[in-house]
Amino acid sequence: MNSKVTNRIALSLIILCAAVMAGILATLLGYILVKGVSSISWHFLTTSSSPFLAGGGIKDQLWNSFYVLIITMLLTVPIGVSGGIYLAEYAKPGRLTSFIRTCVEVLASLPSIVVGMFGMLVFVNYFGFKFSVFSGALALTVFNLPVIVRVTEDGFNSLSRHQKEGGLALGLTHWHTIKTILLPAAFPSILTGIILSAGRVFGESAALLFTAGLSTPDLDFGNWNPAAPNSPLNLFRSAETLSVHIWAVNTGGIMPDVQTIANGSAAVLVICVLLFNLFARALGKVINQKLSGR
Amino acid sequence: MKIGKVAMDPATATASKSKLINEKGLFWRLTDRTSESRGKVLIYSSAILMIVAVTAITLFLTIQGLRSFVVDHLNFWTFITGTQWYPDRAQNPSFGAFPFIFGSMAVTFLAALIATPIAIGTAIFMAELAKKWGTKVMQPIIEILVGIPSVVYGLIGLSLIVPFMRVHFGGSGFNLLAGAIVVGIMILPTVASIAADSIRAVPDSLRQASYAIGATKWQTIWRVVIPAAGSSLVTAIVLGMSRAFGEALAVQMVIGNVVTLPKSIFDPSATLTTIITLSMGHTTTGSILNDALWSLGFILLLISYVFIVIIRFLSRRRNA
Repeated sequence: MNSKVTNRIALSLIILCAAVMAGILATLLGYILVKGVSSISWHFLTTSSSPFLAGGGIKDQLWNSFYVLIITMLLTVPIGVSGGIYLAEYAKPGRLTSFIRTCVEVLASLPSIVVGMFGMLVFVNYFGFKFSVFSGALALTVFNLPVIVRVTEDGFNSLSRHQKEGGLALGLTHWHTIKTILLPAAFPSILTGIILSAGRVFGESAALLFTAGLSTPDLDFGNWNPAAPNSPLNLFRSAETLSVHIWAVNTGGIMPDVQTIANGSAAVLVICVLLFNLFARALGKVINQKLSGR
Repeated sequence: MKIGKVAMDPATATASKSKLINEKGLFWRLTDRTSESRGKVLIYSSAILMIVAVTAITLFLTIQGLRSFVVDHLNFWTFITGTQWYPDRAQNPSFGAFPFIFGSMAVTFLAALIATPIAIGTAIFMAELAKKWGTKVMQPIIEILVGIPSVVYGLIGLSLIVPFMRVHFGGSGFNLLAGAIVVGIMILPTVASIAADSIRAVPDSLRQASYAIGATKWQTIWRVVIPAAGSSLVTAIVLGMSRAFGEALAVQMVIGNVVTLPKSIFDPSATLTTIITLSMGHTTTGSILNDALWSLGFILLLISYVFIVIIRFLSRRRNA
């Protein structure tokens, strides 16, 4: 075979690969949105789920997903950003630093179900937090930390040296320079990373299965006292999130409208994740324009 | 008097200076907003927390995972090679985890087999053929695909791939191949984006040299660019495999969950992650079955570490 023919065939195959990739996205989104959006209604979003009757909604699951996400972020962001600052600013090359780097890498590549099992062992059983929002958020913190650390480190490393030297030349301490000059400058890129990771946390299910549980108590949305067992704000009640709900209805659901519920929930989940994604992108663009002075 | 002060010897000067610092005690150092120490405490404790988390995960899961061998006296070798998983049998319950280990391996390798050509092809498309399209169209597509939660992949597998299998290959449609396809599609974007980065990192001079001696575009890609990107491409695939290996719920939804060893890729099967997800909730802490499940989790952790070591080895060789 002539090399020109080979060339043409090979290049067409490569283009086919890219087309397959685009096709997968189109199928995924198309299927989820076409099948799912029709089952999303105000009723679906604002009714509690029913264990066996048709017509259940996802109000509690949706609330739980956002609540767990917020608690996770409250825990992850300070720790993760500090960890990232350590690696970018304080870490001296040496054994300790390379060990910490390895740890971040290990945390990032552990399967989420392993993190879930660890959470069950330590947070649920050992510390006695039971299946709860708090246990779930702690497990997700372990899962999300390496992402925030990396984002922060990258954000700091992309800053110009002059900013730091300017601060130090004014006689500020290293920490004060970080806090008042470097962190605000790196903040936009860190924020973009945080929003992207929020999408990941929002869709996570395996780590929550053993930590936040598979059920939700009857929530009373009129009761905002965090200590009440049926309050939506209670940290120590079990909380089935939206993605866990999708899995649970598909594996053990006995409602007659499993398909509708699953598709509708998946559509809501995907739309939320897409919104996180778009928001992060838009933010990144705005910031980029501001920084480049256009 | 004045002369005396100037003539103060250096040793005394240092002493008084250090005394000045010491006067600002621990309390001052931790409460002053501009203090270096306060920041350092925060930063260093966060960094140490990373070590604590990894150590705790490893230790706790190891201790809990060894219980079935130490406390319940299961034989480690028969545990990992046995093919009979009948934990509930009243007489002579047997714990053979080989079907799950095999299932995990099979899903991982099949997924890599499915994902690799498409992912590398897409990466070449993005980095070599159509750079503008690559960044404008493919990059966002890949980013969105990465962000889609794994249960959604599982749901799609359940509603599209399983019925397809049922119609064309018989049986229930829940089988090993369905699991591998779902996971393969799931790791596609990850592998593709890392592969594209490593192809972009190949210096342009190599390509120009190849074109200069009359090579076609494909010859350049196949003989020059891919070998030059070599070990980074392997790293991308191994990273994808480690993700495939650890995936739980998406696989569980389509693989059929049968505890026997599959005879072909069209048989229902189970993996380490799926058996843990399914059974963990039904066991009581301290029972042999519960301990055996923790041992499966421990094996999962061990193999994840093997993947981490391989990835480190590959990326170190690249840097060297």
